[in-house]
Amino acid sequence: MSNSSPPDRHRLGRRALVAAAATTLAMPATAATPDPAITTLPDWSQILGDGVQAHPYGVPSPFEKHVIRRDVEWLTAGQQSSVNFTPLHALDGTITPNGLCFERHHGGVAAVDPDQHRLMIHGMMAKPVVLTMQDLKRLPRMNRIYFLECAANSGMEWRGAQLNGAQFTHGMIHNVQYTGVSLRSVFETLGIDPRAKWVMAEGADAAGLNRSIPLAKAMDDCMLAFAMNGEALRPEQGYPLRLVVPGWQGNMWVKWLRRLKIGDAPWETREETSKYTDLLADGRARRSTFVMDAKSVITSPSPQTAASPRGRMVISGIAWSGRGSVTRVDVSLDGGRNWQAARIDGPVQSLALVRFYVDLDWNGQEMLLQSRAQDSTGYLQPSKPDLRKIRGVNSIYHNNGIQTWLLRGDGVCENVEVS
Amino acid sequence: MGFVRMLKYLEEGLLFVNKKKQKNFLILVPWGRGWRVAVKPRYGEPLRTLVMTVFLCVGILAPSPITAAELLVGRPALPAEIAAWDIDARPDGKGLPPGQGNVKQGETLYLERCAACHGEFGEGAGRWPELAGGAGTLAHDRPFKTVGSYWPHATTAFDYIRRAMPFGQAQSLQADEIYALVAFILNLNDIVKDDFVASQDNLATIKMPNAAGFYDDDRETAERGFWVANPCMTDCKPPARITGHAGAIDVTPDSKTAPKME
Repeated sequence: MSNSSPPDRHRLGRRALVAAAATTLAMPATAATPDPAITTLPDWSQILGDGVQAHPYGVPSPFEKHVIRRDVEWLTAGQQSSVNFTPLHALDGTITPNGLCFERHHGGVAAVDPDQHRLMIHGMMAKPVVLTMQDLKRLPRMNRIYFLECAANSGMEWRGAQLNGAQFTHGMIHNVQYTGVSLRSVFETLGIDPRAKWVMAEGADAAGLNRSIPLAKAMDDCMLAFAMNGEALRPEQGYPLRLVVPGWQGNMWVKWLRRLKIGDAPWETREETSKYTDLLADGRARRSTFVMDAKSVITSPSPQTAASPRGRMVISGIAWSGRGSVTRVDVSLDGGRNWQAARIDGPVQSLALVRFYVDLDWNGQEMLLQSRAQDSTGYLQPSKPDLRKIRGVNSIYHNNGIQTWLLRGDGVCENVEVS
Repeated sequence: MGFVRMLKYLEEGLLFVNKKKQKNFLILVPWGRGWRVAVKPRYGEPLRTLVMTVFLCVGILAPSPITAAELLVGRPALPAEIAAWDIDARPDGKGLPPGQGNVKQGETLYLERCAACHGEFGEGAGRWPELAGGAGTLAHDRPFKTVGSYWPHATTAFDYIRRAMPFGQAQSLQADEIYALVAFILNLNDIVKDDFVASQDNLATIKMPNAAGFYDDDRETAERGFWVANPCMTDCKPPARITGHAGAIDVTPDSKTAPKME
């Protein structure tokens, strides 16, 4: 192997840069002149690249640096009690990369030393216990893929189209594989008072976030998870331990989990009364709306994606339901008047996100793109007008109405509302 | 085991080779997943001739069976540990600690430690949460949800302040101080009089104005129309008309007119 001399490297670098700029423009179907991306040798084909340990923990290509979580500054008073959003518009497949899973904290990210972390389980049981992380890792493990959606996802869209991008309208969701232990098996081993009905989960963060979870749910499918997508939980996702409450609103998936208290009634904490209750038009509010309704969104094209050229197009999106598995996704090109079945590709599992596609030959005609999901209980994602008839516009939470993107003839996409 | 120099596998079984002087002596041999005691074999002598010896000696130095105690994961929580963490309070009063505080004490403390974010009268500063006002607005177009207008239980305020407030100084308040702050916030909302003293005994008895304003999830009945056997596929509604553009509001980050925070 020979190395280029430094002057060559600079010359080639400039040429490659010019060539790259030229090829970002739409490529005609037939080329009049040879493509410089082919006729010019790029740096990466000649000069040695990074060695194996350049990034001991791998990072995405610098060309993907725009694919990041983003926040909407005006939404919240400060960064520690705030939210950012998964860049759905730039992702494909079904699994969300750990570093792109949206964040919602109420007292910042707790920096927990796992050796100093304890899980206390007490209340209506014979013998209260303390478990270390090492203790938890000696119990039989399970791996499960689940979506986690914040109940406030799409909450800014109740009064109409507001934020221009799937990341902002739908990005409070992620879908990862959790490794952990079954809460049921832990409770069965410890012996819970048969009169118990509820469990309070509490975090070790500076908000001490606490939620009441029906014992029946805890005994059904909840997990104590210490890993996501094969590695330890990220700090912002509750490292070293979080509660997994499949299909139910994300706020209940208590992060930095330090305590489970068994009781006979809900605690009606701030997070389940003042927040995460759904105020309806008559001034009354629904509470305990734990299950996330079936929902879907087209992630590409969407307002943040590059303008679509005429010709072949892949419409790509995601769908999920907190009641079971997604059984079908339909896509409309005319704002919900006519529908066609989308193609689901990849795993279809209960309480996990699915990926759907429609492969389309687009003639450049303006389209009103929509998707609607149906789940294994028969629930069909409603239109926003139909949803507002029941839930009004002040619910904040549980906006699972059908999203509309306007794809204009020039290929630019916008968030719109339709009749 | 230092005198065991070599370990061979032969057709007959394990053979121990000891080049030192032979003595009748007990040795450890690998057996299953552990160790068993055997009489040290003579040079070249197959282990199978010692099977009986081995069986006779099994148990002398073998690992003892795992006890039930060893199989327990975790350990009992001590009362002092539970007391240190058991900070929750329920609407029925369970979990409220001994203590009390009055409105006046609460006002002093509130102005020191809470008003910077929540406003002197609970009106909220900037985008920080408002705590007072909004009575009767829940059915309005722009409802104003506060402790007074929305929260169903006074105990919830105690539980929340105790665990999370002041923001960034969590769990720094004493029980008496929390009672005083709850008394003051209730007073700001005209729920209790100026001479009110909040305590372990009375907080669960406070009638909050919106206590009856909540009902359990009824989506599966109230929204049963969303369960559809055969979704419509063609001519499902009149041609769609655009009724709103996000671009017209233009509050998306990066847009030129999006609100900026200082």
